[in-house]
Amino acid sequence: MKQILLAASAALVLSAASVSAADVSPAVVFDMGGKFDKSFNEGVFNGVEKFKAETGISYREFEVTNETQREQALRRMAQRGADPVVGVGFAQGPAMEKVAKEFPDTRFTIIDMVVDLPNVQSVVFKEQEGSFLVGVLAAAASQNAKVGFVGGMDIPLIRKFACGYEQGAKHANADIEIIQNMTGTTPAAWNNPSKGGELAKGQFDRGVDVIYAAAGATGVGVYQAAKDNGKFAIGVDSNQNYLHPGTMLTSMLKRVDVAAYNAFKGAQDGTWKPGIQVLGLAEGGIDWAVDEHNKSLITSDMQTMMDQVKADIISGKISVHDYMSDNSCSY
Amino acid sequence: MTGSNGGIPRWVDVGLIPLINILMAFFVSGLIILLIGEDPIEAVGILLYGAFGTDYGIGYTLYYTTNFIFTGLAVAVAFHAGLFNIGGEGQAYIGGLGVGLVLLSLDSSLPLILLVPISILASALFGAAWAYIPAYLQAYRGSHIVITTIMFNFIASALMVYLLVNVLIQPGQMSPQSREFADTSWLPFMHEVFAWFGMSITRSPLNLSIFWALICCALVWAFIWRTRWGYEIRTVGFNETAAVYAGINPKKIVILAMCVSGGLAGFVGLNEILGVHHRLLLNFQLGYGFAGIAVALMGRNHPIGIILASLLFGTLYQGGAELSFDMPKVTREMVEVVQGLVILFSGALALMIKPTVERIYVVVAAIAAGRRSTVEG
Amino acid sequence: MIAIELRGINKSFGPVHANKDVALNIDKGTIHGIIGENGAGKSTLMSILYGFYEADSGDVLINGEVTRIRSSHEAIAAGIGMVHQHFMLVDPFSVVENVMLGAEGGALLDKGIDKTREELERLKREYGLEVPVDSLAGDLPVGLQQRVEILKALYRGAQILILDEPTGVLTPQETDQLFRILKALKDQGVTVILITHKLQEIMAVTDGVSVMRGGEMVAHRKTSETSKEELAELMVGRKVLLKVDKEAAQPQEAALKVEGLSVIGADGVARLDNVSLSVRRGEIVGVAGVSGNGQSELLAALSGIVAPSKGKIALNGTTITREKPLDASEFRDLGVAHVPEDRHRMGLVTAFTADESAILGYHRDEAYNGAILMKRNAIVEDCAQKMADFDVRPPNPKLKSANFSGGNQQKIVLAREMAQKPNVLLVGQPTRGVDIGAIEYIHKNLVAMRDAGAAVLLVSVELEEIMSLSDRILVMFEGRIVGEVDAKDANERMLGLMMANANPETDPNGKAQAAGDMQEGAEL
Repeated sequence: MKQILLAASAALVLSAASVSAADVSPAVVFDMGGKFDKSFNEGVFNGVEKFKAETGISYREFEVTNETQREQALRRMAQRGADPVVGVGFAQGPAMEKVAKEFPDTRFTIIDMVVDLPNVQSVVFKEQEGSFLVGVLAAAASQNAKVGFVGGMDIPLIRKFACGYEQGAKHANADIEIIQNMTGTTPAAWNNPSKGGELAKGQFDRGVDVIYAAAGATGVGVYQAAKDNGKFAIGVDSNQNYLHPGTMLTSMLKRVDVAAYNAFKGAQDGTWKPGIQVLGLAEGGIDWAVDEHNKSLITSDMQTMMDQVKADIISGKISVHDYMSDNSCSY
Repeated sequence: MTGSNGGIPRWVDVGLIPLINILMAFFVSGLIILLIGEDPIEAVGILLYGAFGTDYGIGYTLYYTTNFIFTGLAVAVAFHAGLFNIGGEGQAYIGGLGVGLVLLSLDSSLPLILLVPISILASALFGAAWAYIPAYLQAYRGSHIVITTIMFNFIASALMVYLLVNVLIQPGQMSPQSREFADTSWLPFMHEVFAWFGMSITRSPLNLSIFWALICCALVWAFIWRTRWGYEIRTVGFNETAAVYAGINPKKIVILAMCVSGGLAGFVGLNEILGVHHRLLLNFQLGYGFAGIAVALMGRNHPIGIILASLLFGTLYQGGAELSFDMPKVTREMVEVVQGLVILFSGALALMIKPTVERIYVVVAAIAAGRRSTVEG
Repeated sequence: MIAIELRGINKSFGPVHANKDVALNIDKGTIHGIIGENGAGKSTLMSILYGFYEADSGDVLINGEVTRIRSSHEAIAAGIGMVHQHFMLVDPFSVVENVMLGAEGGALLDKGIDKTREELERLKREYGLEVPVDSLAGDLPVGLQQRVEILKALYRGAQILILDEPTGVLTPQETDQLFRILKALKDQGVTVILITHKLQEIMAVTDGVSVMRGGEMVAHRKTSETSKEELAELMVGRKVLLKVDKEAAQPQEAALKVEGLSVIGADGVARLDNVSLSVRRGEIVGVAGVSGNGQSELLAALSGIVAPSKGKIALNGTTITREKPLDASEFRDLGVAHVPEDRHRMGLVTAFTADESAILGYHRDEAYNGAILMKRNAIVEDCAQKMADFDVRPPNPKLKSANFSGGNQQKIVLAREMAQKPNVLLVGQPTRGVDIGAIEYIHKNLVAMRDAGAAVLLVSVELEEIMSLSDRILVMFEGRIVGEVDAKDANERMLGLMMANANPETDPNGKAQAAGDMQEGAEL
């Protein structure tokens, strides 16, 4: 046992030495989706890759495969002297809470969740605002006054997306009909494009002509179905307009890449601050995407209306209800 | 007719052949690791050091082992009755629900000493109840148990999501989790237990559940091989016609074996909910139920074998995680490939090398005997 | 000319020396019998000849040339064909398809089928082997299935045909037909090796006979120069009583009464059709019949394995009907012991140790159980006692049931059932696959049970066994009892005809059929 402890402490000393050698030794713990989920985790991955490209500082990474590994991975990173440690996703909240207490000198950043500790930076997004915006656009683009929503796994976060979308669509057209489907109740729902495609076709058959998908990799199937049926789809998290130019109406941007990049960069610059960062439209953490792939689909009227709504949300003239504030979508 | 397994000692069958299978799996894994440009020897070193090199690593290894023992025993008991319980996953999930409901309603009103037996009972009852339905459908309606237990995994999952998203969720909270139980109701971690005796070890999720797992091994052994219920279960498993001849009702045995099996799987909930997470959450059971099939297969459905196989799987889980920490090229998918190879070689291909090994053994034994006799002569 | 010569064949499995220095000469165009008890090494020797095993040492000479046979392909190439005890036919395939299986001659079947038809036509002409070539193999009666197996071997060019226990599943009439075919094959120059344990068949059909015991060839005889008694003695190594020695029965009151019992299968077919019988204490009632005519269902219904569909069973003051069925353990409580026909599938659990098999069905008895745990020592001691009483070898309660020879397995089952001192003893095929020494022992014990006052119902397809053991004989056909004779008046020909439901006294299809119709009419 003594030898083992000795070896362990030697490892700690070694890693401590490596901390002083470089300015920062950042680390990121991806969640179960994996870093190539074309969505949330991949956004973070893009952000930290950008950091690596700019600064030349490499980072440690880990992809968790079960519930218990979250805590293990965060602790392992801290033990190895990583700083800051970025945790991706709300599911890492409880684990980070424990580990951050054990390592008060290590800086932690958690994305999509609030952990109230002096050494933790919590970055959360007002997804309802972005969803509201694309809801407005969906209603404007819909010929049949029917818009659809396809969610991934049925959890409060996704209902938050759905609720914001619903409010936006109703804001643009009070009589609009909104059809919602969740893909499933297990994590597999994040990665089931064929089911996503079927749900989308089902909604198209019922007259829907614009679908907003907040479903991770399942969304890919929704976008494909929209293209095959000549209907519109709206992407989520990262800019997915490029996937099918002409039928991707827009994407709701949740700039997790920016959040991750800022965490690393801030730690390097010394501007990293603990506390809660709520990123919404006003902070540029949430937005809707217009680029060369969907420019032709956005009429000037739409553009004007969207700019107006966006300004109203930022100014507080429109307040968007957050599903998670009371676990219901009553507004 | 003289069979071909005459004269092969038991240690070859239960010791040598599994060992060769594992080594073959590691060999193929090594080739893959070589292919992606890492050093396989170093990788094995990291894996073993990660699993056993530190008290922290040992803690995690044994924590995983605990879960595998429960699901491995569950699969084994069903298997003795000739049933293939694929539903360990769902039974573990619902077993955890049982623990969670007990704790959510009683955590601050009862002392730990009472909560533990109630939780054990609740996890067993909930797991057993979840296995009872497929068992009933198999026994009295002829629906195949493999199909129904798999379906019940999905139903369990849907039920848990519904409950956690809509009913049990802690309000104002982002992820679908219940509130945390009062800390007086937590099953002590092993590092806490060691601290009682003045010994300090690194914290890990390993908790007292592992002792319950070992007790369950002894109980399952006694149940299967030393009671008349176990006798009837094995009779049905080996030969249903003989069971009917002996006046055993196979339908009742199906129900009995599946309920015991489900109860054992339910204990995963004990380890995870009462021992580690201290709150009800989603997907804590992920993968253990299915891995239990491989564990039981490798462990030859015997508790001793199951303990060893569980330890192997615990090592792979923990060592594998350390491997992806230290060798970024070895992604978690790679680790899964290694685990898959071990399952493939020791489960599906277990009998592949058996005839060869037996033949070699016979030749070696004959040579040894020949040498002995010439020495004597 | 010598077709097969074996020289100094040795084969060991671990410590078991299955064939010791075996030598054998068989002339071309003869029928040669090989007899021996189970485990004497007959099957190993034939497996070496057919390429399943390779001998450790020794030579096989086919038509005077040393030949190495390492697989069944090489055996076929050397002109050796084998008809196994359990047929290797694909039931849903037609006869033609079965015959050409493994010799299809190309990816497309058309040519193969045409060729096979021609060939079957030729074989029919030469040997008189007639089969309905387009019927499905599974639909054929056993005798014809066996003929298909023979055709398969001949189609592949077999000049040497090995038959392993070929008559076990046949009626006496079918056996006669088989023997006619074998003689026809012999006349065409085919060499036939017949493995059997039935001495009378050896005497009836073979030209020469070799006896194996303990892995060695102990004697070769010309059939015309030997006798059943001599062969039995050579097989067992001591004098054997072939006739069962018993006093006249002293029947008392009926212990088992069955009235109008029917068992109807899931397909709606009556497997047991309006059967009435009674068995008195102190008598053995034999049930003769070709296998598959309801005997199995009769035993199953009388032991509680299947519930009656109609009729009633009266036992020890209890009446069992469809509305009030009892399970097998409740039948045991009423004093019914059952030695099942198939000890592998039913009588014991081959994966269990002997002591576990020796309590099957009685495993809930207080003697073997504590409150929770079973009494290990009591169970082992009980088994050791049974093994000693019935001379089970080896007397090791911890040996796996599968590792005992057939005779010793049967003794374990008999010991278990007889130990209960039952009022009614149901016995199915007590000596199937059992060697001669054990048969003698088992028969003696059944008679002793009778004399001790048990009512014994004996089901067997061995007419010799039925005739020598029973006091009364019932004959079953298609689920019905079609005749009853006193054992003193029975002979093999008469029983054989009754088993085929051809009334011995009159026209084969006349009166017996009418009797059957009357029974059905009575039921309405």
